[in-house]
Amino acid sequence: MRPGGVLPATQEVSALVPALESAVPPLARKGSGAASDLVAAYLIKACACVAIVSLVLIFIFIGKEALPVLTSAEIRQEADLGKLFLPAAEAPAFAWQPVSDPPRFSLLPLLVGTLKATVVSVLVAIPLAIAAALFTSEFAPPWVREIIKPAIELLAGIPSVVVGFFCLMVLADWLQQAFGWTFRLNAMTAGLGLSLAVIPIVYTMSEDAFNAVPRAYREGSLAMGASRWQTAWRIVLPASSAGLLAACVLGFGRAVGETMIVLMASGNSALWSLSPTASIRTFSATIAAELGEVVVGSSHYHVLFFIGAFLFVLTFLANLAGHWFTARLQRRLQGQL
Amino acid sequence: MTIENRKSKIANLPGLFFGTLTGLASLIIVAMVFIILGNIVLHGAGRISWEFLTHSPEMGMTEGGIFPAIFGTFSLVVLMTLAVVPLGVATAVYMHEYAPKRSRLVKVVRLAIQNLAGVPAIVFGLFGLGFFIEFVGRGIDRVLLDGELNYGQPAILWAALTMALLTLPTVVVASEEALRAIPQIYREAAYAMGATRWQVIRRVVLPQAVGGILTGAILAVSRGAGEVAPVMFTGAAYFLPQLPARLTDQFMELGYHVYVMTTQAPNVEETKPILYATVLVLLMLTFALNFTAIMIRARIRRRLREGR
Repeated sequence: MRPGGVLPATQEVSALVPALESAVPPLARKGSGAASDLVAAYLIKACACVAIVSLVLIFIFIGKEALPVLTSAEIRQEADLGKLFLPAAEAPAFAWQPVSDPPRFSLLPLLVGTLKATVVSVLVAIPLAIAAALFTSEFAPPWVREIIKPAIELLAGIPSVVVGFFCLMVLADWLQQAFGWTFRLNAMTAGLGLSLAVIPIVYTMSEDAFNAVPRAYREGSLAMGASRWQTAWRIVLPASSAGLLAACVLGFGRAVGETMIVLMASGNSALWSLSPTASIRTFSATIAAELGEVVVGSSHYHVLFFIGAFLFVLTFLANLAGHWFTARLQRRLQGQL
Repeated sequence: MTIENRKSKIANLPGLFFGTLTGLASLIIVAMVFIILGNIVLHGAGRISWEFLTHSPEMGMTEGGIFPAIFGTFSLVVLMTLAVVPLGVATAVYMHEYAPKRSRLVKVVRLAIQNLAGVPAIVFGLFGLGFFIEFVGRGIDRVLLDGELNYGQPAILWAALTMALLTLPTVVVASEEALRAIPQIYREAAYAMGATRWQVIRRVVLPQAVGGILTGAILAVSRGAGEVAPVMFTGAAYFLPQLPARLTDQFMELGYHVYVMTTQAPNVEETKPILYATVLVLLMLTFALNFTAIMIRARIRRRLREGR
C-alpha cells in the first residue's frame, strides 16, 4: 500500500491521459463523441492560427501598398526614399505638402512632430506613473490603494477620442491662459494628452514589476534595519528595473501609435521646428487626416501606407523589446540571471 | 513593535520626503482623472434627456439627439462580438486544452496575440481599408456581382471585422485566464468517465469558464465602442439619413461623431452642448461596460477563493 492511500497521485493520472487517448484510436471508441471530437480539434486549431495569419496579413497588405515607394518607377518620380528622408534642392528643404504642385513628401517634419509629442508625453507620464506605482506598492495604506488603483483603471477606460476632446476644448485654453503660446494647439498640449493615455500602461506594468519582487527581498532588507524608503529605493527599484524598462518601452510604443488625441490636440500642421510649443503633425495623425481624401493608387496613397508600415514595424519592435525585458525580469527574480 | 516605530519620525526625513513625493504623483494622476470626468459631467449632464437619446440630429447637428450614433455603435459592437468571441475563445481553448506542453505553435500564437495587442489603432484602420475593403470586398464584387461596387467600399461589416481583430487579444487573454482558473480535477474526472476531449471542453470546461469569457467580451465591447481610428475609413460616417439596415451600409458612431463635430463643425459654440452630451453618453457607456466586467471578475475571484 503506497503512502497517501489507494488512489494514485493527481500527476500520475494526468500523465496517463494522453497515453490512454492514443491507446484507443479515436474512431474505434464507442459513442457519438468521436467524430465531433476530431472536427472540433481541427476547427479549434484553425481558429488559433487566425491570430498568426492576421498579423502576417497586416504585414503583407500594408507592405504591399507601401512597396511602390521603393519599386514603382512612376511613384518614385514623386516620392522615393530620397525625397522622403533627404533634404530637397528647393526651399524649404523639408516639407510635407502632398497637395502642392509638385507634391512634397518629406517625412522629416512628421518625424520631428511625432518625436516632440512622444517625448513630452513620456517625460510627463513615466515619472508620474512609476512614482505612483511605487507609492501604491510600497508606501500606501490599503484604503489609499483602493482609491488610486480604480482611478487609474478609470483613466485606462477613457476612450482616446474623449481625451482628445478634453485637450482641445479645455486644456488648450487653460495652457494658453497660463503661458500665452502663439499656437493654441501644439506639441505640449498633444503631449500632455498623450501622457494621459500612457500613464495607465506604465503604471500597470510597473506595479506588476514591483509585485514580482519576492517578499523575501523586502523582508531581508527590513530585517537588517533599513527603512521602508531605503528598501524601496535600493532594493525594489533595482530588482524590478527590467520590468520598469519594459513599461517604458511599451508606453513609448503606445504614445507613438496613438492617433485620436494628436489628431484633435496638436494643431495638425507639419511645421519644421524644434520648439515644443509649435503645432505638429505626427505620423498617425497624418494617416488619419489624409487617408479619407486621397486617390487610391496615387503616390500620396502609397506614401501614407509607407508611413503606416513604418509605424507598424516600430511598434512591433517596441512590443518585442518590452516583452523581452519582462521575460528577463522574471528570469532574474527567479535567480536564473 | 515594528522596525519602523523604533526609528524616530524626525530621523526618517528622507523617507517622509520620498513618500510624500510619490504620494504627490499619485494625487496628481487621480486629480487629472477627476478633473476630466468632472468637466465633462458638468457641461454635458444638462443636455441629456430621453429625447436626446432617441431622436436623430436636426438643424445641422445643433438640435435633436444622437440616436443614430447610438444605434450604429450598438450594431457595430454586436457584429464585432459575434466575430471575436468564438474566435478568441477557440484560440484560448487551443492554447490551454489542446496544445502539447512545449508546443512551438503555442509560443508563436502567444507572440502573435501580444503583438496584435500593440499594433496602433490607425494601422488596423489601414489594414481594414487595404485588406477587407480593397481586397476581400472588391474580390467579392468581382466574383459574385460582376464588378458592381457593393462590398468593395466602407461598410459596417468591414468595420466590425477590423474591430474584431483589434479586440481579439483582450478576449483571448481573458478566456485563457478563465480556463486556467478551472481546477484540473474536473477535467480528469470527466476523462476518467470516458469523455472525449471535445466533450470535456463543451460540457465541463466551457460552462465554468463562462464568467471569465464574459468579462473578456465586455472589455472587448467597451474598447470597440470607444476606438475611432479603425472605423474612420472602414465604415463610419458623419451624417446618414437612414439607420444601417444591411451589412454593406455605413453607420454613424458615437466616437466618430464626437471627433468630426469637434474638429469640423462650423459653429463650435452652438454645437458645444450637444458635443458635451455626446461625449458624456460615450463615457457612461464605456464606464458601465467596464464596471460590469470588473464586478463579474470580482465575483469570480471571490467564488474561487471560497472554494466553490
